[in-house]
Amino acid sequence: MKKLNYGIIIILGIISFIPLLWVFITSFSPGNQVIKGGFPFWVSNPTLENYVKAWETAPFIQYYFNTFVIVFGVLIVQLITITLAAYAFARLNFKGKHVLFILFLLQLMIQPEILLFPNYQVISQLGLVNTKLAVMMPYWASAFGVFLMRQTFKQVPYDLDEASRIDGCKWYQTLWHVYIPSAKPTYIAFALVSVSHHWSNFMWPLIITDSVDSRPLTVGLALFAQSYETGAQWGMVAAGTVMVIMPLVIAFFIFQKQFVSSFMHSGIK
Amino acid sequence: MAAKRKKFGSSSRHNLFAYGLLFPSFIFLTLFTFYPTLKSFQLSFYSGPMTRLQFSGMDQYKEVFSDEIFRKVILNNILFMIGTVPTSLFLAMYLAIWLNKKMAGSSLLRTSFFYPTIIPLIAVANIWLFIYTPQYGLLDNFLHLFGRGDTSWLGNPNTVMIAMIFMIIWKDTGFYMIFYLAGLQNLPRDVYEAAEIEGAKPFQMFRHITFPLLMPTTLFVMIVAITNSFKNVDHLYIMTKGGPDNASNLLLYHIYEAAFTNWDLGKAAVLTVVLIVIMLSITAFNYLYLDRKIHY
Repeated sequence: MKKLNYGIIIILGIISFIPLLWVFITSFSPGNQVIKGGFPFWVSNPTLENYVKAWETAPFIQYYFNTFVIVFGVLIVQLITITLAAYAFARLNFKGKHVLFILFLLQLMIQPEILLFPNYQVISQLGLVNTKLAVMMPYWASAFGVFLMRQTFKQVPYDLDEASRIDGCKWYQTLWHVYIPSAKPTYIAFALVSVSHHWSNFMWPLIITDSVDSRPLTVGLALFAQSYETGAQWGMVAAGTVMVIMPLVIAFFIFQKQFVSSFMHSGIK
Repeated sequence: MAAKRKKFGSSSRHNLFAYGLLFPSFIFLTLFTFYPTLKSFQLSFYSGPMTRLQFSGMDQYKEVFSDEIFRKVILNNILFMIGTVPTSLFLAMYLAIWLNKKMAGSSLLRTSFFYPTIIPLIAVANIWLFIYTPQYGLLDNFLHLFGRGDTSWLGNPNTVMIAMIFMIIWKDTGFYMIFYLAGLQNLPRDVYEAAEIEGAKPFQMFRHITFPLLMPTTLFVMIVAITNSFKNVDHLYIMTKGGPDNASNLLLYHIYEAAFTNWDLGKAAVLTVVLIVIMLSITAFNYLYLDRKIHY
């Protein structure tokens, strides 16, 4: 019974790994080999030609740059907004706290992803269509981040807060010296989830960007892939795909424990 | 009296301070959550081009609800949900239970199941497009070994949904698995010891201890999975564009088509309202119904 189950799991594990392995191998295959057939997991004469061609055909450097700006532009502003709001919800008593909290909660249900159409209207009213700013702005408030940080801030002993005040710290000094350092693991968790989420984001940047200067990698990849749908260019599309996923996959294999615990963290209410 | 006034003064300053801290978040919530939500409701009752909107009452709702494509899309989305959610939850729980035990290679296996989570859905679509390509694709290549002919997995209305569902299960199961792994870590050990002393069989332990104790995890993951089945549609852009004949079209992708390919704003607004209502009902169901049931 035990052996049977482990057998099943090992087979499933191999099946799960195959797509990554295959796209990787295909990206090193000469153009005609894919069509000719043969054993799909072996390349007799591996080549970098696909990467060179893909790199030359589409402005991947610019796309990388855009994705970096977008991902970190989102993260930095999020860190500021969620820290301030989380501190208020965790440690202050004020009028309307409950109502405001519920309003924040609303963003968890109606996430920016499903508001593609009305958010486009907002961005166009602001005159920001086709800018990197437009890709970032809808995510600058993060209810998820606020809840995550609020939970963490609540666990900071109140005595520490009071002690620092007695020492004459202003609220922002207390926040900086007491709360933020003790929430470091949560910040890392939030950052990993946020970065990988926005690295992958597609539909919103697809509709809101329309030029090489503002387009992130995912949209660039989709347009690149669409221009080569025939089998002969598989190698190139595979190379493009590998280029887009590699930074994430490498980061994942290096920081695997951190990633898993961060994603886990993100789900615990 | 003086003391009271002082207290009042400081508490209103206190309020202002708190509002100040919430303000930055609140600007962006207003701009990109509250306002667009209300705007969608408003626009759904108006028709015509953006500059000359006319009140049309429920007309656009009637139009959308009597549209065959809309019905198909909703049905597809429900099928997609039924196809992906239970299977990936079951698999995730199964994998977690066996991979939670210490054994050689279990961390390697966990990696193999989890890595699809971090790959962008659009890149996943590229990879699986190759897998599903007739004749040359990996799947057909594999099936040739068993003497099966070529199949147009994505070109046939009967197979396209199954192909999508299979791909999403591959992508999401590992993500759900880690929640089960976390849930399993928190289970009380003494209950199992007691059950073992009583001579309980492994399957009985699963049925009477593990499964019920994992219920909160299951419900949480279920809500995430249901939400995902309405939220993640990137793959359609690369793989099928919703076709053939809308056989793989999903609600959010249909909104994208209505708003940005056909520029039918009224319809896009109505569809957005429908999606908002679906999302709100999922959460309401979670908080009002499930949350009460899982406290045993």
